[in-house]
Amino acid sequence: MAALLNREEVEEIALLARLALTDDEIERLRGDLAAILAYMDTLQDVDTTGVAPMTHAVPMHLRLRADEVDASLPAEQVVTSAPAYVDTYFEVPKIIDTATGE
Amino acid sequence: MPAPIQLSAVEQARQIKARRLSARALTEAHLARIEAIDARIGAFLRVDAAGALARADAIDAAIARGEDPGPLAGVPIALKDILVTQGLETTAGSRILAGWVPPYDGTAVARLRAAGAIVLGKLNLDEFAMGSSNENSAFGPCRNPWDLTRVPGGSSGGSAAAVVSFQCAAALGTDTGGSIRQPAAFCGIVGVKPTYGRVSRYGVIAFASSLDQVGPMARTVEDAALLLEIIAGRDPHDATSIDAPVPAYRDAVTSQASVRGLTIGLPDEYFAGGADPEVLAAVEEAVRVYQRLGAEIVRVSLPHTAHALPTYYLLAPAEASSNLARYDGVRYGQRQAQPGTSLLDMYRETRGAGFGTEVKRRIMLGTFALRSGYYDAYYAKAQKVRALIHRDFERAFERVDLLLSPTTPTAAFALGEKTQNPLDMYRGDIFTLGCNLAGLPGMNVPCGFTGAGLPVGMQLLARPLDEVTMLRAAAAYEREAGTLDERGVPVRQPPGLPAPAEVSL
Repeated sequence: MAALLNREEVEEIALLARLALTDDEIERLRGDLAAILAYMDTLQDVDTTGVAPMTHAVPMHLRLRADEVDASLPAEQVVTSAPAYVDTYFEVPKIIDTATGE
Repeated sequence: MPAPIQLSAVEQARQIKARRLSARALTEAHLARIEAIDARIGAFLRVDAAGALARADAIDAAIARGEDPGPLAGVPIALKDILVTQGLETTAGSRILAGWVPPYDGTAVARLRAAGAIVLGKLNLDEFAMGSSNENSAFGPCRNPWDLTRVPGGSSGGSAAAVVSFQCAAALGTDTGGSIRQPAAFCGIVGVKPTYGRVSRYGVIAFASSLDQVGPMARTVEDAALLLEIIAGRDPHDATSIDAPVPAYRDAVTSQASVRGLTIGLPDEYFAGGADPEVLAAVEEAVRVYQRLGAEIVRVSLPHTAHALPTYYLLAPAEASSNLARYDGVRYGQRQAQPGTSLLDMYRETRGAGFGTEVKRRIMLGTFALRSGYYDAYYAKAQKVRALIHRDFERAFERVDLLLSPTTPTAAFALGEKTQNPLDMYRGDIFTLGCNLAGLPGMNVPCGFTGAGLPVGMQLLARPLDEVTMLRAAAAYEREAGTLDERGVPVRQPPGLPAPAEVSL
């Protein structure tokens, strides 16, 4: 059903996945995904009428615990794993455009 | 006399506790072994010699004080580099995490340390455990110690290669679709994928959360049982860990390793599934061993077997695309961004540069499957077929106690043989995927060799939480087939590697 993917569709999926891809990668992924998805289409032949989706490997019930504060890692230690940080904050490129005051 | 590093983990701990061997000498012998051979194999991504020796000295000091450091006292082990280790770089085989030094230990790791184990280092793997050959590691491939032109399997390839070549006594791997059992089969060791939820996933870098499970890889069934007993059990840090008592797995395999009265099912679809004649011959010989030992052998059908592959390769990438969203260059690992880059482009560039080809392929596949408009046709459909696959196993286990099959369709293949064709690589997983989809315990048991001298493995599958029956049957086979000597040393070892050095005690 989706065996034919065009370049724009691959680029759209790459944007959703937050992946910068080279032209080469886009072309190769277009071919790979088309072949793999054509194979996945064999699932459409399976009769699943009345079958509930299985979301977990074993039956799970919601487990509750007391709402108590547990020990956690100190922020000073955790931020040192980040590529950029200031004090106990993660540093990222500017999101809000200050020129427009937003 | 075998060298100490050839002994089973159980025997190594016994000798250390009896003070016939020091933890330091045993650790030094393993470090020397790694130094001598691993440049050719590539099992280790990182060796923590200083940390291991310090820990060994602490174990020796504890024993000198008359304390019991635990069932793995002084036993040098190693960890697939997807298990988070405090103070020791953890990369999941990916450039995007290069340089990440975790601030905590995962639960399975912490439990092994508390049992006296010494962590030698971190082992090679396919990036984020996505692969069946270890060729997707960003830090170079790992080679099969039985034939250095062949892959060790994957994704826990480094774990299997290190254990069989005596670079560590045992290792932990993870198994999402066969990543413990398949490399164990290719390298000729025991590998156990426990029931989903049996072992905590806290501190295990997530691939596909409804399928991932941690398990032991070892040279003997008893060693694997001991490691499982240590790492299994409820953990408040993992809501999916099962709150059921942990049986004495090790006692179960040593005291009552019998299969008399057990019913073992052979799934028709797995035996007609295109396995190599040499693989089938070895597995059929193992079936005759079980018959001789008093097991009843019956044929069963798992009618939806052919659908396990497309089901798995939709669900696992979908879960992965979600799990791997966290690698965005903000909280850990690498960031790619020029000054002035927007946040969106920082995410895109970081992920584009940090992930390898297979990981990108699966993120793309998973993103596609979860996308609005395709969700019902792909993701939801696969979840329904998963339910049918699960039902197949439930019906089979109404009639049998265990299922037995080849673990893989072929013995280890050559490096580069399947890298150009992802579907061809995926097809090698046909016998191992069902176990994960159904949440069952499964394991590889070495059961012979091909004419070219490559290991062949059989897979045993059991009912949920019935690892005891599975491990007992594996131990019964191991004893009857005579694959180990009386000290737990494998009778047949990879050729062409230098003999392990004797150690002065």
